[in-house]
Amino acid sequence: MTLNIESGKNTLEGLQCPIPLQEYPKVLLAHGGGGRLMRQLIEKMFLASFDNPTLNLMNDSAVLKVDSSSLAMTTDSYVVQPLFFPGGDIGSLAVFGTVNDLAMCGAEPLYLSVGFILEEGLSMETLWQVVQSMKTAAQRTGVQIVTGDTKVIDTGTGDGMYINTTGIGKVKPGINIGPAQVRSGDVVLVSGDIGRHGIAIMAVREGLQFETTLESDCAPLAEVVKELVESGVELHCLRDLTRGGLAAALIEISHSAKAPIHIREKSISVQEDVRGACEILGLDPLYVANEGRFVAILPEKDSEKARSIIQKHFPESPPRMIGTVKEGTEPIVTLENFLGSHRVLDLPSGEQLPRIC
Amino acid sequence: MKYLDEFRNAGAARYWAKAIERIVTQPWTVMEVCGGQTHTIVKHGLDQLLPDEVTLVHGPGCPVCVTPVELIDHAIALALRPKTLLCSFGDMMRVPGTERDLLSAKAEGGGVRLVYSPMDALDIAKANPDQEVVFFAVGFETTAPANAMAVYQARQQEIRNFSLLVSHVRVPPAIELILSSPQSRVQGFLLAGHVCAIMGWEEYEPLIQKYKIPLVVTGFEPVDILQGIYMCVEQLEQGRAEVTNQYVRAVKRAGNRHAQELIQKIFQIIPRQWRGMGNIAESGLGLTPAYIDFDAARRFPVKAIPCNNPSDCISGEILLGLKKPDQCSSFGTTCTPEKPLGAPMVSSEGACAAYYRYRNNGSTHDLKY
Repeated sequence: MTLNIESGKNTLEGLQCPIPLQEYPKVLLAHGGGGRLMRQLIEKMFLASFDNPTLNLMNDSAVLKVDSSSLAMTTDSYVVQPLFFPGGDIGSLAVFGTVNDLAMCGAEPLYLSVGFILEEGLSMETLWQVVQSMKTAAQRTGVQIVTGDTKVIDTGTGDGMYINTTGIGKVKPGINIGPAQVRSGDVVLVSGDIGRHGIAIMAVREGLQFETTLESDCAPLAEVVKELVESGVELHCLRDLTRGGLAAALIEISHSAKAPIHIREKSISVQEDVRGACEILGLDPLYVANEGRFVAILPEKDSEKARSIIQKHFPESPPRMIGTVKEGTEPIVTLENFLGSHRVLDLPSGEQLPRIC
Repeated sequence: MKYLDEFRNAGAARYWAKAIERIVTQPWTVMEVCGGQTHTIVKHGLDQLLPDEVTLVHGPGCPVCVTPVELIDHAIALALRPKTLLCSFGDMMRVPGTERDLLSAKAEGGGVRLVYSPMDALDIAKANPDQEVVFFAVGFETTAPANAMAVYQARQQEIRNFSLLVSHVRVPPAIELILSSPQSRVQGFLLAGHVCAIMGWEEYEPLIQKYKIPLVVTGFEPVDILQGIYMCVEQLEQGRAEVTNQYVRAVKRAGNRHAQELIQKIFQIIPRQWRGMGNIAESGLGLTPAYIDFDAARRFPVKAIPCNNPSDCISGEILLGLKKPDQCSSFGTTCTPEKPLGAPMVSSEGACAAYYRYRNNGSTHDLKY
């Protein structure tokens, strides 16, 4: 191909980074924090480049038609520090997290791949413990780890180990769960208390001591979703709560579904010790990370049935009906506080940062 | 958490709102000094519970917001200095310096550590003897005792690679600046409860004599603030001017003498530059001559870069209570938490951040870039 000045210019324009370079010439931690900067990166750089109808739906998993059946596919990378924390470890997280993303589109998880990025010098015993934890987690969720990859990087260039897992699951005919199905009048159900994972990790990482040991909520969600689907509950949208917490999940759903969501603060369950830690650190539990909770949006007629099924799976912290989907097309999440006044829930820039006083 | 829940009780909040309505007969303007109180007011919509006669204006009590850009540039330069770790609370990370913020300096490989306490920074210094560890000591009188303790301990333990980049400010001179401004409409103040927990309120009594204005030591929960407003309006209606204490569960007139002694041992009162508000006499704390070795600004001087406070940022007027964030033409347009023109948009105690986060009333600018 001959490259003349004109076409060369056009080509270069086509390759220009869509995020203004003068604003973010370097990647910031906030670009992975589950907030507005991450969303900007995904939409302006990844979606713009990889543009296709499946990706553009921005669901937790991609649902793919293969001949007459539907497969769900998702991927996630795990970089948690410390590798072991109260209530879980990087291995169980890497299995449950990916299985949960499959479950959120109603899929039955079947297979996982695993990619290990190991730092030179990592103790073999640590790796063994993580692998055993993955084995147990895979057995518990009924998935098989069927392919993998191992890379070792130089000492000092990683945090011990990183794990990537990719999952494949089967979506039964007739199941269609996603923001596009959200309807006004639907109820918003949260599967239990919120904010435990983020606070448990922060407590260990920063050496914060509380009277009790906070445990992560890290747990698999495929079984409960399977039972919900099989019971005939009409699930409109599911989303597991991860970085950015309950607030980010609801804001994303509202944005994708183009539907206003209204929730009540007093209906949301937050454990006493999580609340206490959030008060001390100046964090809002609505934005703190979770690893074993999900939000379900469904017609009111099925809410009681759904609630009793979820309660059976998570008896220690019952599900809560926290709000409803309102009439209209405005992508906005509002919260009614204890005084009955309303405020808008806003997507944070990145992760919440503890404050001075 | 009973201790907090009883101060977030809807019945009690409405009781005080009604009580204010019952006693008010004319318009009054009350300023809450502390940014933490501003956030409580905006988050819970407390101003919407008040009768029309009572106007709240937001004060300068956001230490991050008033830290001069030159000091932020200094902190960033230290973070980028070889073999140096700059330790800071999370609040400072996104505050814009002249060319970048601390998070960007971190992304560029700068030594930035987010800590929860100055004592954490001291531990980092102990664990990294080959690095210079600088703690960015920002705050009002509230954080001064802990920062003083870190310096005291560093001296006791002979930790020589530890120092403070000090940006401490004091509340009373800022209140006096507002009271002496001809533009100010403020007729009563809610004082910051945590500052008074340390300092007590004796040092505010001369202000009462001079300006004949009520001051109410107030806490941070919704019921605290509504009760504080009631106590302030009650004085205004009765023509009284006293310091009264709403925050009785935490504050005594004398304050915390031990904490004050520690502050006086390590710090001395100096004039200080406030971002957007200018130089205010006796408004800051700096290290005393005996502890001057711990002053990072002296130990590691940097060449000042010409700094420009953006002309379309009205943070000075916001901090003095002359304007509210939504009266700024840049608010939510050219100034957002991602692209802040001034610190009040990114500090967790900043009034602009509170309005942006809780008050974007029906607009969907939260998902626009």
